[in-house]
Amino acid sequence: MIGKIKNKLKEVNNRNLEQKRSDELYAIGALFDTPDEIMDAAGKTTEAGYEEFDVNTPYPVHGMDQAMKLKNTMVGKTTFIFGFLGTTAALLMIGWMSGIDYQNIIGGKPFFAIPPAIPITFELTVLLGGLATAGLMLTLFNRLPWINNPLHDTNYIKQTASDKFGLVIYAKDKNFNIATVEGFLQSIGGKSIEKINFFEVREDRVRTPIFDFKFIALLAVVTVVTAVTAYGILRYVLFLPPFDFMWKQEKVLPQEKSTFFADGFSMRPPVEGTVSRGYIPYEYQGLPDSVVTLLANPLPINAEVLAKGKQRFNTYCSPCHGYYGEGDSRLRGQFPNPPSLHTDKVRQWADGNIYHVITNGQNVMSSYAKQISRDDRWAIVHYIRALQRALNAKDEDLN
Amino acid sequence: MSFDSTYTRELPLVPERSSFKEIDDVIFRPVEEAPTRKWFIAITISSLALMIGAVALANTFYFGIGTWGNNSTVGWGFGIVNFVFWIGIGHAGTLISAILYLFRQRWRTGIARFAEAMTIFAVITAGIFPVIHTGRPWLAAYLIPYPNQNSIWVNFNSPLLWDVFAVSTYFTISFVFWSVGLIPDIAAMRDRASGIKKRIYTVLSLGWRNSNRHWQHYERAYLILAGLSTPLVLSVHTIVSFDFAVAILPGWHTTIFPPYFVAGAIFSGFGMVATVLIILRKVYDMEHIITLDHLEKMCKILLATGSMVGYAYCMEFFMAWYSGYIFEQFVFINRAFGPYAWAYWTMFSCNVIFPQLFWFKKIRRNIPIMMLLVILVNVGMWFERFVIVVTSLHRDFLPSSWAMFYPTWTDLALLLGSFGFFFTCVLLFVKVLPSISLAELKAVTENAQPTHKHHH
Ligand code: HEC
Repeated sequence: MIGKIKNKLKEVNNRNLEQKRSDELYAIGALFDTPDEIMDAAGKTTEAGYEEFDVNTPYPVHGMDQAMKLKNTMVGKTTFIFGFLGTTAALLMIGWMSGIDYQNIIGGKPFFAIPPAIPITFELTVLLGGLATAGLMLTLFNRLPWINNPLHDTNYIKQTASDKFGLVIYAKDKNFNIATVEGFLQSIGGKSIEKINFFEVREDRVRTPIFDFKFIALLAVVTVVTAVTAYGILRYVLFLPPFDFMWKQEKVLPQEKSTFFADGFSMRPPVEGTVSRGYIPYEYQGLPDSVVTLLANPLPINAEVLAKGKQRFNTYCSPCHGYYGEGDSRLRGQFPNPPSLHTDKVRQWADGNIYHVITNGQNVMSSYAKQISRDDRWAIVHYIRALQRALNAKDEDLN
Repeated sequence: MSFDSTYTRELPLVPERSSFKEIDDVIFRPVEEAPTRKWFIAITISSLALMIGAVALANTFYFGIGTWGNNSTVGWGFGIVNFVFWIGIGHAGTLISAILYLFRQRWRTGIARFAEAMTIFAVITAGIFPVIHTGRPWLAAYLIPYPNQNSIWVNFNSPLLWDVFAVSTYFTISFVFWSVGLIPDIAAMRDRASGIKKRIYTVLSLGWRNSNRHWQHYERAYLILAGLSTPLVLSVHTIVSFDFAVAILPGWHTTIFPPYFVAGAIFSGFGMVATVLIILRKVYDMEHIITLDHLEKMCKILLATGSMVGYAYCMEFFMAWYSGYIFEQFVFINRAFGPYAWAYWTMFSCNVIFPQLFWFKKIRRNIPIMMLLVILVNVGMWFERFVIVVTSLHRDFLPSSWAMFYPTWTDLALLLGSFGFFFTCVLLFVKVLPSISLAELKAVTENAQPTHKHHH
């Protein structure tokens, strides 16, 4: 078994990697021995009017930019743009997340302030700036990766990667002519002049291999696999032990059947003879409203109380009675329609009667004593009065 | 960039003026030759340590953090000590590769690549600890602000969150910096290799062809990355120190922490780089590339940063006294004379006293003594973090909650495992990638640059 794998590996290892070349000429290269020579050669090549040429050296030779008359690089500007983007993105992110969307009081500090945002802003500036610098330097400015460039696998490139300095003139140059270029390279002192042909498979012509079908197919497969895996993990795996520890806890839930308590309920009734904190018994509980006319509204009428009443009314009463108490219910059809609260009957009721209906309930309308505090109930009563008056306004109300 | 050749002569980078071919051979030798017996022995030891760590890790995952020595008083034990220790080790790499690059300290070329690799491995090692310290490492994604099912966002006011950003940015940028530096060297290896190796290096080199049209952008990008990494490296340990300094615990709550931590990080990082380089140059016969001059310079930096750390230790005591705050005073007296006095004095002597020997040139140029001293620096810096974390916590405000921290075997095995992981990575790196930056080294050898007779 292991022997087989070994043989297979050996075979792959020894496979000939040399690619066949076509007859079409790509470039002519020449080698030089010293940095001074290559500087000189580069200068002369520009002077001779060649534009499509390059210098290949094992390390950057200083002054070569000027000798080749290269334009200043734009890498610095990219860094600035992306770094600035990072700063803005970080501040917006922190500002929105902790200042607006999820306000959380932490030690009484402001939801958003600049000083605690600085570390992360700085890090994201550097992160974006750095990634863009390296990424764009390689891809946008240097057009890499390009592993099938015809220069590869030539004596020329191998020598220049080690200890020689090379100059290459491409066939696409407008002044290109094999004989003159060869003569020119010789005249400036170039050695081992080498004609470099295209590979048979002209992959260099597929300038953007990202539009290759294979590559797009690969992307599609990666996308689908990632999406399916992510979905599977989020939808299924996270519900398996041990990841379900958050909801599989040893505790009773309301409404759950209990095997522990004799009555089978997991919710427990209060202990006999006790009331919950803040509970005040209602003396007319269960009595008809004729008895309760004496109750007067203890709250003053002011904007605050009315606002409270409005808020509570809209939350608890409006689903059935409508926002204006006209019985125009959002539950229409699913629950017996309540009567209007603007009938003469209700308008002539004392405040205590309305309070009684809320506290005690009336026929199909159940008691709201548990959901709404005493004061809030009185505030609702004031608000209902305001609604009633608004629908039957007198002239003097307009002042 | 102007080129000052007198400087080169003052410190010959490649003394026995080797040709570029010879440099290639020396640097690629570890990669191209079959691994030596020494290498096999080394990797056996390191991967054994790694395996022990893996067992401890499995134990932690299965049974939880209860297997560690942490208790409710000393809630931060080895987990955080190791985290800060390894993050600190990482700092030397970026310092050498970025800050010394900006300062045109060209002696850095021989050691920069290696130090950068160490940075990356050290940061990975460090990153493991806070994640397992959370107890439920599979929930680590909650550290990232992403729109989650609970509609909550992370706490941007917390130094622990800043840490997440600082460490991950640091790792990413260091990795990018290192990879960008590797591209030309991988291309050079590609052109020497054959078979599968060649294929791999072809892909990794991205088709780099040493074109000067490329070098132009490349050099600028490298300079910018160095510029970006410089404040970054200073920010990372500053933010790590905020984990402590922003808390209100006596012994942690002090403004000296950021500079003190950064100095300590560089100190410990250089200690580790020196330790590994001394071994490496011996094992791979690179004595004429990583020269005694390099090591001497590193000793000088150790002396400087060690003294800074010593200053910080003394200043902390002064501030405790000067603040007039009894709890602060108690913490520091307890540090030096309490139950953990042995840890404190180990730290103090390893970090402050012994490195003072580097004042003597004889010692700076004596490999065995140097080796001993740099190992002591590593020990001392580990104890520094231990002292900061454990001694500040173990005496709580209420004497009824006073406790001691005793590491369990899991703690110790994890520490051992972290060294195993780190050294395994280092050894693998030395085997598969050039551990000295070839292109940069060639560029600074004598006569490597034109004499500027023709062009300016
Ligand atoms: C679930 C729907 C529902 C909600 C919610 C509701 N009610 Fe009612 N309400 C009714 C119905 C139905 C009646 C008629 C009951 C009957 O048959 O006497 C009614 C009757 C009343 C009456 C007596 C009207 C009359 O003419 O007898 C008043 C007053 C009243 N509701 C006030 C409120 C207030 C105040 C709230 C909010 C706290 C509220 N209701 C919430 C359904 C509702």
